[in-house]
Amino acid sequence: MLDAAMVREFTDLLSENGVITDEVGLRSYECDGLTGFRQVPALVVLPRDAQEVAGAVRLCAKYGMPFVARGAGTGLSGGAMPVADGVVISLQKLRRILEIDVENRRAVLEPGVYNLEISKAAAPYGLYYAPDPSSQQVCTIGGNVAENSGGAHCLKYGFTTNHVLEMEVVLADGSVVTLGGPTGEQAGPDLRGLFIGSEGTLGVCTKVTVRLLQTPETVRTVLADFPSIEAAGDTVGDIVDAAIVPAAVEMMDSLAMEASEAATGAGLTVDSPAALIIELDGPGDEVEAEFEHLTAICERHGATRLHVPTEAEERQKVWKGRKAAFAAVGRISPDYIVQDGVVPRTRLAEVLTRIAEMGRDADLRVANVFHAGDGNLHPLVLYSEAAGEHDAAEKLSTDIAELCVELGGSLSGEHGIGTDKACSMPAMFSEDDLGVMHRVRLAFDPDSRCNPGKLFPTPRLCGERPGKYAPHPLEEAGVIERL
Amino acid sequence: MTSHPTTGPSPDFSSERGEKPAPERADVLGGDFGSFDDHRPPAQELLDDCVHCGFCLPTCPTYALWGEEMDSPRGRIYLMEMAEKGEIPLEGAFTTHIDRCLGCMACVTACPSGVQYDRLLEATRPQIERHVPRSRADRLFREAIFALFPYKRRLRAASIGGALYQKLRPKSMDKVMAKLPSRLAAMESLLPPVRVREAFARIPARTPAIGPRRGRVGLLTGCVQDVFFHPVNEATVRVLAAEGWDVIAPREQTCCGALGLHAGREPEAVERAKKLIATFERAEVDTIATNVAGCGSSMKEYGELLADDPAWAERAQAFAAKVRDISEVVDETLADPRARRHPIEATVVYHDACHLGHAQKIRSEPRRVLRAIPGVELVELPEAELCCGSAGIYNMLQPEAAGDLGRRKAGNIRGTGADVLVTANPGCLLQIRKYLEGELPMLHPIQLVDASIRGVRPPEMG
Ligand SMILES: Cc1cc2nc3c(=O)[nH]c(=O)nc-3n(C[C@H](O)[C@H](O)[C@H](O)COP(=O)(O)OP(=O)(O)OC[C@H]3O[C@@H](n4cnc5c(N)ncnc54)[C@H](O)[C@@H]3O)c2cc1C
Ligand code: SF4
Ligand code: SF4
Repeated sequence: MLDAAMVREFTDLLSENGVITDEVGLRSYECDGLTGFRQVPALVVLPRDAQEVAGAVRLCAKYGMPFVARGAGTGLSGGAMPVADGVVISLQKLRRILEIDVENRRAVLEPGVYNLEISKAAAPYGLYYAPDPSSQQVCTIGGNVAENSGGAHCLKYGFTTNHVLEMEVVLADGSVVTLGGPTGEQAGPDLRGLFIGSEGTLGVCTKVTVRLLQTPETVRTVLADFPSIEAAGDTVGDIVDAAIVPAAVEMMDSLAMEASEAATGAGLTVDSPAALIIELDGPGDEVEAEFEHLTAICERHGATRLHVPTEAEERQKVWKGRKAAFAAVGRISPDYIVQDGVVPRTRLAEVLTRIAEMGRDADLRVANVFHAGDGNLHPLVLYSEAAGEHDAAEKLSTDIAELCVELGGSLSGEHGIGTDKACSMPAMFSEDDLGVMHRVRLAFDPDSRCNPGKLFPTPRLCGERPGKYAPHPLEEAGVIERL
Repeated sequence: MTSHPTTGPSPDFSSERGEKPAPERADVLGGDFGSFDDHRPPAQELLDDCVHCGFCLPTCPTYALWGEEMDSPRGRIYLMEMAEKGEIPLEGAFTTHIDRCLGCMACVTACPSGVQYDRLLEATRPQIERHVPRSRADRLFREAIFALFPYKRRLRAASIGGALYQKLRPKSMDKVMAKLPSRLAAMESLLPPVRVREAFARIPARTPAIGPRRGRVGLLTGCVQDVFFHPVNEATVRVLAAEGWDVIAPREQTCCGALGLHAGREPEAVERAKKLIATFERAEVDTIATNVAGCGSSMKEYGELLADDPAWAERAQAFAAKVRDISEVVDETLADPRARRHPIEATVVYHDACHLGHAQKIRSEPRRVLRAIPGVELVELPEAELCCGSAGIYNMLQPEAAGDLGRRKAGNIRGTGADVLVTANPGCLLQIRKYLEGELPMLHPIQLVDASIRGVRPPEMG
């Protein structure tokens, strides 16, 4: 049962509207974008500004409650999944853009600002915010910081960590600290860098200063169809060897294109085995020269169609086709799991062949959408919950992630470890590595109340392998309730 | 198993409905449809389409206002799923969050997975109307709305001299109404005073095409539209005739049922749909045009609404297939226009009515129609996807949320610095007018087209 005195204190701080205690409301927060993992929180609070966030964290400290920060809940690794008997601190009322500093090319933001809103607000000044996750219309900058999110254009411009200068963070005891600085050059250890990608386990970010870039003078994009995945993969290799640094190189296979085309009508060739979307940006002359070279490389590898959108609107349509791909897979399959792994770019063709084999063995379809330029794969395992395929899909997905590690890559490119992959961490890190990470975390949060159970493997979590939520027979009979 | 009475019929409908007994709830304790009854519950397959990605959150008006998961499309679908599994009852929180939905369908536009939230909502609302008893005050207020708006005659009477509710409320409601100041104030302040001549003017039953004939168009004259925005209907008839259409406006036509349908009053909507279908069948028209976004979206759905009725299913489909928004009709003539357009030098901001943009996906047609007017410079609205808060009768039922959205829309409109605002729905015009306080002339797009064809200054633009 909830402590009534505690609820009253939260209500006094945040007003009636800022505290959710009813069961229906609480259940709507039980999962994030990865719906297989669910946990109903004890309480959800919605502070309206940074002071209220700090106040809410202090109350959590006072009552010994664990808490989880939540942005838009689009995370794909169960990072924002609540913890049992814990508090969810939603940052969705902190959505103000505090400052666009045109001269110094910086923006100061509250954590709940949607990624795309930053570029929209900067556009009138010829500026934009570079990291562009496919979920950019909805994911928040706070979530981006926590996950060190990336996107198609991170190949040339780097991930979130390369664009965040300074952060205000509330630590688990309620104290407020500033990490980094407005210029990005700081003496001492880079605590800012440590926080970025820590998946909400070190504190709650309440203010972010990001770098803005000048909108490139020229942008050229080509959508190229290829007769095989290998041909597309080799094209990527040759582009890199030719010392061309595209802003983005994205690959999609036919299954992904089929889904996306149905959703967006972006003009993808659905029966083509593979396509690349390659974008160059920069000064006019340079881009034009490189673009010619680029299309020649595509043709050498047997490209069956080169679509070069001329209008900005047309280009956006092509990108929409790429960015809607994950979510659009819902159109061709009742359920799916998005995987996120990295392999050295040179082993792309190899890993794709292995994935296709594994899919055949498991009798499941796998669609592929990925950042080919930096070897960041997003295999989508399609399955039907109703047909009882969940466990097989879950296993295939995990095997794919661990295959990436085996090939010399990483468990996660940008979606994070969260709840989903915590148990796979030992496949990539030694016990000593994990021990060091844990001690660092304790230095910030000695009682482990900040998003516990995520990122690091725990015996409780990994002893009984987590699966898709299934009601306990006693729950079904109405005897017990899971809270 | 108990049978749950439907909410009381609206005063005038007692004689027209009632044959169909209220469906019973399948099994309250986790039967096939969980907390829903078996009469067209939200379909499991439609619920399964949602992958919980959240792409629909930013343009959902209630989420934009409050940032709460259960007042987002993703949250509402999650709630429907829980109800479908019988895990939560319809009464209480579920009804609260579904009631707060504006039905603006911005989420349908935003969703990459093709979730048909429109169909989910249309299946859910009648379930609530059947099974969740409303408080007495709420019930009477809803009844009052549905006893007034769909009736031109009553609207006319009410429109003269304002003070609308005083003339119409049943005596028994005096005390109840006194307790509902915000809703009443909202209702009253929405309705503009209307000139007597306009309120009682009628559209001719038949207006012949000018020049060679393209065909025969039936015009829905609407309820609120015809009484409060009669000049819009007149402009529509003139433009259609000038572009070569015979215009038929059957005198006996009644309300299309959109307001009721979108509020979950299914039996009422079904009866109105049948009546209107029969009326326009008799008129023998090629196309049925409407200049009201909300009416268009509900008339295009008649096929689904009457799908289970063997006597009507085919007729409803044939009717729905003929329905076009006026901007679609005029857009089709742009390739071969009959009437010359005179210039109107103005910066025009176009507001997408949700029932046109989101529900019918009609966005480019009205813009093309407006750009075809020489001199018009069209500017776009920031946060164009966001509802203005009108949403049928929402601004009367949920005045606070509607007010916040109205002010936000007005601010965005102001920011464009346009000379005139145009939008294709009387509800939006009433709502936005309330928050723009006469700062800007506001018109239906067809009025600009009409002024351009006739070579006169558009109304209100001096
Ligand atoms: C369709 C789809 C496509 C996607 N594409 C991409 C992609 O291309 N690239 C990519 O990198 N990701 C992608 N993602 C994943 C996801 O959008 C990102 O991880 C995003 O950064 C999460 O942001 P959010 O606001 O939704 O955070 P949430 O999901 O709410 O939270 C994510 C994590 O951040 C923590 N957190 C949130 N806010 C704060 C804060 N203020 N302070 C501290 N911790 C916080 C949470 O505790 C949680 O651990 C995609 C997701 C979907 C559904
Ligand atoms: S219809 Fe509008 S208000 Fe309702 S859930 Fe969708 S976006 Fe939100
Ligand atoms: S965008 Fe569509 S699939 Fe995604 S959460 Fe919203 S309704 Fe569900």
